[in-house]
Amino acid sequence: MSSSIPSDLKYLESHEWARSEPDGTITVGISDHAQGALGDLVFVELPEVGKVLTKGAAAAVVESVKAASDVYSPVSGEVIAANESLSGSPELVNQDPYGQGWLFKIKPSDPAELGQLLDAAAYGKVVENE
Amino acid sequence: MGLQTPLYQTHLAAGARMVDFGGWDMPVNYGSQIEEHHAVRKQAGMFDVSHMLVADVIGPRAREYLRYVLANDVAKLREPGKAIYSCMLNDNGGVVDDLIAYFIDDAWFRVVVNAGTRDKDIAWLKRHAGAFQVEIRPRTDLAMIAVQGPAAIEKAAAAIGPDVADAKSLQPFQGKELAPYFISRTGYTGEDGWEIMLPAEQAPQLWQRLKDAGIVQCGLGARDTLRLEAGMNLYGNDMDESVTPLESGLTWTVAFDPPERDFVGRSALEALRARGVPRKLVGLVLEERGVLRAHQKVVVPGVGEGEITSGTFSPTLERSIALARVPAATADRVQVDVRGKLLPARVVKYPFVRKGKALV
Repeated sequence: MSSSIPSDLKYLESHEWARSEPDGTITVGISDHAQGALGDLVFVELPEVGKVLTKGAAAAVVESVKAASDVYSPVSGEVIAANESLSGSPELVNQDPYGQGWLFKIKPSDPAELGQLLDAAAYGKVVENE
Repeated sequence: MGLQTPLYQTHLAAGARMVDFGGWDMPVNYGSQIEEHHAVRKQAGMFDVSHMLVADVIGPRAREYLRYVLANDVAKLREPGKAIYSCMLNDNGGVVDDLIAYFIDDAWFRVVVNAGTRDKDIAWLKRHAGAFQVEIRPRTDLAMIAVQGPAAIEKAAAAIGPDVADAKSLQPFQGKELAPYFISRTGYTGEDGWEIMLPAEQAPQLWQRLKDAGIVQCGLGARDTLRLEAGMNLYGNDMDESVTPLESGLTWTVAFDPPERDFVGRSALEALRARGVPRKLVGLVLEERGVLRAHQKVVVPGVGEGEITSGTFSPTLERSIALARVPAATADRVQVDVRGKLLPARVVKYPFVRKGKALV
């Protein structure tokens, strides 16, 4: 099954995406491939606003009927927002993983880290080889 | 690549997400398993259940034979087409499989067994068949489609046509041959509905007609949340050869009366009953966020420990439910180790849902 991989985003091998916003913050979510593999989400645990994350650390948990899965932070920095809508409607992650299904936003402490992430083509290969 | 049902290409064309299930390539969902679940509870959904095996038991001593190999008593089936849910046991009283057996006529019974245990079951049935001179005939020429939900029978009858008008008078747990179909008013969802057996090559066409009638395609994901809400056991999870029906919530399916009926596993069950059955299967409801899952440890303070056998998120209740095997003395509260945290859960009698409404 082919999944959507927007070319303007960056990715982790563990299926998170990162979007650079005009104000310098980073929005994070999970990819279309990830939401399809997990199936319908029933609970999402998000990091608290103000929490300081390190790149690669477990930051959130998405739980589907099938399994619970850790979400890793693509970059280091402070959490400045978490998607409150997901508490009542976790299915937004399945329906719109790159839009309304965003998980949290970070103020990055090291802009160079973004460059270390996979681009869409590289992530596409990861998905192909799964 | 695993075994494929006659509807395999149909599922691929419909964009189903496929998974391995007991060696079979089956659809887990066609989009959202939660929406599929709601469709069955509210209207009508359909499942490809052709991976299960239909086998005919042929011979004048078929009834006598089944009264020996099954823990439930097929003598209870008086009217043609009536069916019974039963376990098939080994000599230790452990469960070889659970199945449905139909009385069609005095020399013809039909059983429907699980997909993952097909070969084992046929070997077991054949092993005992000689003594009663019955023939065991696996019907691999048949496919099976289950239509389930309050509107399922109405929609399916309209889709198939006047050929099956007779099927609308079937009682629950009764089947009837209406060539080319064998229609049974049974299911694995807790809703009303039919399981339709038919020649394999006709399955794709019937699936399309049912789909055109507005019946929603449903996969194994929804099948599991529906059956668990309905309090129905899943072989391999809730029981297997290492455990008896008495510790699996299935004592009601064992016909100890009449006492003169010997059946495979009877003496082992009687011995267990005499010693005192140490464990029971109970329903659990998690009040807070989280999902109960098979194999999670259950802690019963002051009593002992148990294990979740089946767990899931219930779309109808919007919380997690489970079946768990626990010490017999367990009362109404337990704790479950969910991903490293002990969460409180309420012990309940199941089913959890009936006619689309919460019972717990």
